[in-house]
Amino acid sequence: MDKFLTFTIVGLSTGAIYAIIASGLVLTYTTTGIFNFAQGAIGMLCAFAFWQMYIAWEWPLWLALLLSLLVLAPLIGAFIDTAIMRGLEDTTEVTRLVVSIGLLVGLIGLANWIWKPGVSRNVPAFFSGHYFSLADTRVTGQQLATIAVAVIVALSLWLFLRLTRTGVAMRAVVDDRALASLNGARPNRVSMLAWAMGCTLAGIGGILIVPNVALDAGTLSLLIVNAYAAAIIGRLRSLPLTFLGALILGCTEAYLSGYLKSTPNLAGLRLAAPAILLFIVLLVIPTSRLRGRRQSREFFPMPSWSGTFVFAGCVVFSGVVLATTLSNSDAVTYGRIFAVGILALSLVPLVGFAGQISLATLSFAGIGALVFGHLGAGGNPLALVLAFVIPAAVGALIALPALRLSGIYLALGTAGFAVALDRWIFNLADFNIGPVHISLFELGSTEVAPLNIFGYSFNTPSRQMVLVSVAFAVLSIAVVGVRRSAYGRRLLAMKSSEAACATLGLNLVGTKLTVFALSAGISGVGGAILGTQLRSISPQNFDFVSGLPVLLLTVVGGIGAVGGALFAGVSLMGILPLLALLGVFFANVAGLLPGIAGVGLGRNPNGSIHDIRDGFEPIIRYRPAIIWLAIVIPAVWILRLAGIYGNAVFFPLLVLSPVVAVIFATLKIGGVEQTPTVEEIPLEWKGFIEPWKESDLIELDAALGINEVSIHVAP
Amino acid sequence: MSTQTPLLELSGIHAAYDRIEVLFDVNLVVNEGSVVALLGPNGAGKTTLLKVACGLMSPISGDVLYAGKRVNGTRPEELARRGISMVPEGRGVFPNLSVRENLKMMTYTGVPLSQIEEIAFGRFPRLAERSRQLAGTMSGGEQQMLAMARGLATNPAVLILDELSMGLAPIIVEELYEIVAQVARSGVSILVVEQFASSVLGVADRAAIMVHGRIVRDGTPAELESELSHAYLGNQQESSGGEL
Ligand SMILES: Nc1ncnc2c1ncn2[C@@H]1O[C@H](COP(=O)(O)OP(=O)(O)OP(=O)(O)O)[C@@H](O)[C@H]1O
Ligand SMILES: [Mg+2]
Repeated sequence: MDKFLTFTIVGLSTGAIYAIIASGLVLTYTTTGIFNFAQGAIGMLCAFAFWQMYIAWEWPLWLALLLSLLVLAPLIGAFIDTAIMRGLEDTTEVTRLVVSIGLLVGLIGLANWIWKPGVSRNVPAFFSGHYFSLADTRVTGQQLATIAVAVIVALSLWLFLRLTRTGVAMRAVVDDRALASLNGARPNRVSMLAWAMGCTLAGIGGILIVPNVALDAGTLSLLIVNAYAAAIIGRLRSLPLTFLGALILGCTEAYLSGYLKSTPNLAGLRLAAPAILLFIVLLVIPTSRLRGRRQSREFFPMPSWSGTFVFAGCVVFSGVVLATTLSNSDAVTYGRIFAVGILALSLVPLVGFAGQISLATLSFAGIGALVFGHLGAGGNPLALVLAFVIPAAVGALIALPALRLSGIYLALGTAGFAVALDRWIFNLADFNIGPVHISLFELGSTEVAPLNIFGYSFNTPSRQMVLVSVAFAVLSIAVVGVRRSAYGRRLLAMKSSEAACATLGLNLVGTKLTVFALSAGISGVGGAILGTQLRSISPQNFDFVSGLPVLLLTVVGGIGAVGGALFAGVSLMGILPLLALLGVFFANVAGLLPGIAGVGLGRNPNGSIHDIRDGFEPIIRYRPAIIWLAIVIPAVWILRLAGIYGNAVFFPLLVLSPVVAVIFATLKIGGVEQTPTVEEIPLEWKGFIEPWKESDLIELDAALGINEVSIHVAP
Repeated sequence: MSTQTPLLELSGIHAAYDRIEVLFDVNLVVNEGSVVALLGPNGAGKTTLLKVACGLMSPISGDVLYAGKRVNGTRPEELARRGISMVPEGRGVFPNLSVRENLKMMTYTGVPLSQIEEIAFGRFPRLAERSRQLAGTMSGGEQQMLAMARGLATNPAVLILDELSMGLAPIIVEELYEIVAQVARSGVSILVVEQFASSVLGVADRAAIMVHGRIVRDGTPAELESELSHAYLGNQQESSGGEL
């Protein structure tokens, strides 16, 4: 009984912290419509700042609290609102989500920059030495204070939102921003206040939790996963239910750690419990019905076959160039460009075309790698097929319960799956399900044999580089094929409006299942290939957090196009490692960049690939420039192969030649595309883009084969 | 009755969505205490003009004058506090707030909640019965009453109404316009947009017809009545596109 009471109190005080963080989540969601993945990271930053002032500088407690909670946290909130979130109107849920993931990644990068990781930092328990006894059980001052703070926060927040005019206005602004301003409320101030309050709540949670856990940027930021489940129990709306959910969660964790036998297999279960609970809660709570049409300013044009083949050709060519010029160790580093590109590619049909959000790409990659590692003895290429099929089957299995989820709920569901995998399943020893023997990472790492096709082994980094670039090219073509097919149109239709698709009789279930399976399968193949490059794989290679930048940068590049996937691969595995070579400062910048890129997404929701392509537009339109490039680039490469110069000259030349071509072509024909002349306006757009003219009528008649004209245009 | 002092004046307004221009040199004056009806077919640009008038949209050129002062670029919330009250197209209510919370939002105009409730519930007893219900779950007519309550209870100087009749039964529309007439008699200037002229022309002092982003005619309701059918059906020469 004593034991039970002790665990209950531990559970309640942990739950109280979850409650505070989760109510911050609910507050920002109900008052700004944005689910803030970075809530935990903001709490983390406040906790670090608090540590700095209170412990490192030894300032008085009250001052440190005041500065971190009432100055720093609200400032962060105001900054997030004005600099980041204002630009997100008319963007899709994917974009908003990715922006907050960007913030999460960026804040972790920032904290690791300011407070070097690896140093042990501790904050002593508050009110240590004070405690009182409850039927033989000690309740520490820290526990009591935590619970009290949570209760006060919950009550005052609830009253604030219900009873004060500002609280009502916060909810009104999410409902209808324009109408709120017509009522005379100042929406900008209201949402800034909402962000400030949300960040303060995050800060309170962060500071209360640091005496219990290590002060580590990643760990603290991800405590939020535990709070997600609580917020979902409150359906992102109800503060009382969120509070209750948080307490249940805290107690579940405490009982699991208290009563569960401490075998290695079950230790992971305890860590994964909140994620599993999140998944279960998502499956049982009622969610909103099919979504109707939402307007967005995001638009991805249909890719052409010719463009795609040129793209694929360039990818393979770059693979060959890199393979023939890089040293072995560089080929290992940069070989991952295309492998990560394949992982990013798996997101294009799922997120870009179908508008479904998945945060579990890397988990499927992990499954693919495991399949290839265990079944592809000797590098048997047939195992690659299994590395597609098995993750695809798991993907469909996960999608099945997730079918009823959409948007943010789907994202959280897949996050729950990914976290459960990397905190628990991936760390299990071998086990049997009936006759099937399943081995995973064997409590450490697993070897993956290099691919061996007809006796030709891809066992050197440069061979692998070529192989993986070909794989990326082939899969890109396949993805474009999907986009151009009738199935691809169905995916796009589903993205635009599930409700409309359902009324048209489109099979939503089948469409969602297959796209999930397809995406998981591509991830699996990518993971398998990545595995052959890594040689030895461990759960850390495929954890939830490492997967976030892949989604982030694909969206930044342009999630609706295969070019966006290459962008993600090149920036994550090409540009960031290069930056890190330049010195400590740049390594820190590299840690921050994905976050900054994600956060800037609101400015350009269609992705950078679009702009990059526009930048090359002059070359495409000016034939001599293409010919020039077709001669110069191979020439530069051949000279390098002949040993005339080294990579230090070669790569700058390689980068410079298209730049020169662009400048030259721009000078020749002018950079901006001419406004479409009358001839270029498609017939069905006549009279829309420009006023209707007599000549249009004649042209239209000619095109439609109408000879007798009986209608006249007004003078 | 109306005086000749202009209270809200739109002159030479050009407005565009992205780069597509939808209003071309529009001039419209609402005198103090008068009711102006703006009529016109779908897509004529009526809503756009109202958005310009209440600050939700900035014109690309032209001036918006309110009580003699140029208010281009003033934020809508400031104009709302200064007495321009707009009930937008569709339902001008917050669906996820209760009726009472919707009324509370109206207090930003400076009128205390007790007074707003007194006027709103006095005029629409149905709202009092449902004060705890979420506005989004009420019937279309009830929602429109709630939206109108802002116009009634917050003492605006100018009331701007966009298609009060949208989706409502004729009898409710008549009721609403009866209220509009009463508000007008209390001295509030009103600018009202309607598709169906009959309901509004009885109340209006002046009317203007907008077609393709231009005011093509304006005058007293009596003067315009004969031309209305013309504006809606379009004449052979103006709308050739429709017949292809
Ligand atoms: N948000 C928008 N973006 C782009 N174009 C718009 C937008 N809103 C309106 N338009 C266009 O502007 C023109 C005028 O629209 P507006 O809503 O002002 O018409 P209206 O006269 O109010 O029509 P209705 O009687 O149907 O309400 C239309 O051609 C419409 O398509
Ligand atoms: Mg309209």
